[in-house]
Amino acid sequence: MTVLGSRILAGLFGVALAPLAELRAGEIPFAELRSGSELMSPDTRAMQDADSANPGMLWVIEGEALWNAKAGAANLACADCHGAAELAMRGVAARHPAFDAKRNQAVNLAGSIEWCRVERQKAPALTAEGPEALALEAYVARQSRGLSIASTDAALRPLIESGRELYLRRQGQLDLSCAHCHTENWGRKLAGLALSQGHPNGYPLYRLEWQSFGSLERRLRNCLTGMRAEPYPAGASEYLALEAYLKWRAHGMPMESPAVRP
Amino acid sequence: MRRAAALAGALLLAAAPARAESVAPYAIVGDAIPMPLAGAKGDAKRGQAIVGDRQVGLCLLCHPGPFANERAQGTIGPDLRGAGARWSEGQLRLRLVDSQKVNPETIMPPFHRTQGLSRVAGAFRGRPILDAQQIEDAVTYLQTLTD
Ligand code: HEC
Ligand code: HEC
Ligand code: HEC
Repeated sequence: MTVLGSRILAGLFGVALAPLAELRAGEIPFAELRSGSELMSPDTRAMQDADSANPGMLWVIEGEALWNAKAGAANLACADCHGAAELAMRGVAARHPAFDAKRNQAVNLAGSIEWCRVERQKAPALTAEGPEALALEAYVARQSRGLSIASTDAALRPLIESGRELYLRRQGQLDLSCAHCHTENWGRKLAGLALSQGHPNGYPLYRLEWQSFGSLERRLRNCLTGMRAEPYPAGASEYLALEAYLKWRAHGMPMESPAVRP
Repeated sequence: MRRAAALAGALLLAAAPARAESVAPYAIVGDAIPMPLAGAKGDAKRGQAIVGDRQVGLCLLCHPGPFANERAQGTIGPDLRGAGARWSEGQLRLRLVDSQKVNPETIMPPFHRTQGLSRVAGAFRGRPILDAQQIEDAVTYLQTLTD
């Protein structure tokens, strides 16, 4: 990393997340962060880059319709309060998970959307990871495409620390940690498939193997299953902690949602 | 009825001590386990099938090896070719049983251990990845990989 680059980062984190070095010990240096998309075939990459070929755009389009549709006892659309998503939601996905001071808790993007739906639209909660919740998340996340992940909120520090602890912990019958694959062996092949650094910048995304659109939590469940570990229950706080750590670890990387992955 | 079935299950387990459910005791000498697990005799042909099967031995997830038909091989660990020349029988056995005894940070799973693991998925709980006989078969096969 350049001296200037590290100064800027030190400036960003100096106050918020000191001591930086301690939390990043053993981690991939910022200058060496690589998105999972860099390991993909040119075909899959092209599919991600062209809206007309990217299957994830179907969820984005569906999300746009939901954004503009009145719902709930309040009979309000997201757009009635927020206006154009291109402005109101710009960068929002890139800075989630975020700390909601009013509720005194951390929330991920799906959680922020859910809160507005239930508390502000007065509508019944959408099924977590169901097609409508994923579509809204896709549409909101789309407004951060190309923007850098910004994990700078000091209030998230305890969550990031517990996520780091989970990331480094050996689990499952194979007794592996996340770091074994994504920090220490990225770029090498696991059964013929190049391991990525395990970044969250593309989520929610379309995965060809799923033949469907899915959340980061779904991806993490896949990894836990691969380790022959018991996946955490749906919506468990461990996923939020891991997400907060992954976002912090990927600070500065451009968002790609809706990404495509093999 | 259910109790009878459970009892029959328990009896079956008791009658088959070398099955996947149990872990054989062993003694480490230096960086090796010199004695075969459970006194079992390995079979190189069965060992080849275990090592070559990504669902059973898992080896090819991480290692390249002499399996011409298997295109999806890993590059995380060293090539298994020559392992039989680099290591003695007992050294190979310890590396399979519990590689962390040799390298505490290793990514190579402990194939014959059930203690000290956390949050193991239900289907795999209380069972080692490979039972004593499978370890002996794999060790015997690896010994044939001398170049
Ligand atoms: C009654 C007005 C209202 C409605 C309807 C509403 N919101 Fe909100 N929303 C707010 C307010 C107020 C906030 C908190 C202040 C802010 O960040 O703008 C908020 C915050 C958010 C945030 C977090 C923003 C951030 O910067 O962290 C997201 C995401 C969001 N809303 C999405 C939605 C979506 C999607 C819908 C429709 C399902 C929706 N909102 C409906 C008023 C509303
Ligand atoms: C045995 C190796 C292994 C372990 C251990 C593992 N993963 Fe993964 N992970 C993979 C593979 C394979 C993929 C899909 C290809 C890729 O992106 O590397 C993946 C993908 C991911 C991705 C998506 C990357 C992208 O660009 O879409 C994230 C995020 C991730 N893993 C996080 C984790 C976390 C957090 C843990 C620990 C709970 C973990 N992984 C444990 C193998 C592993
Ligand atoms: C998750 C990845 C992984 C799996 C699965 C795995 N290994 Fe390994 N293995 C390694 C790594 C990495 C090393 C290098 C030494 C170290 O880092 O501890 C290694 C070392 C070895 C060695 C000694 C190195 C040498 O010079 O040959 C042997 C033998 C070996 N493994 C055999 C096996 C066999 C047989 C299997 C399947 C039963 C297996 N491994 C499964 C990752 C793995």
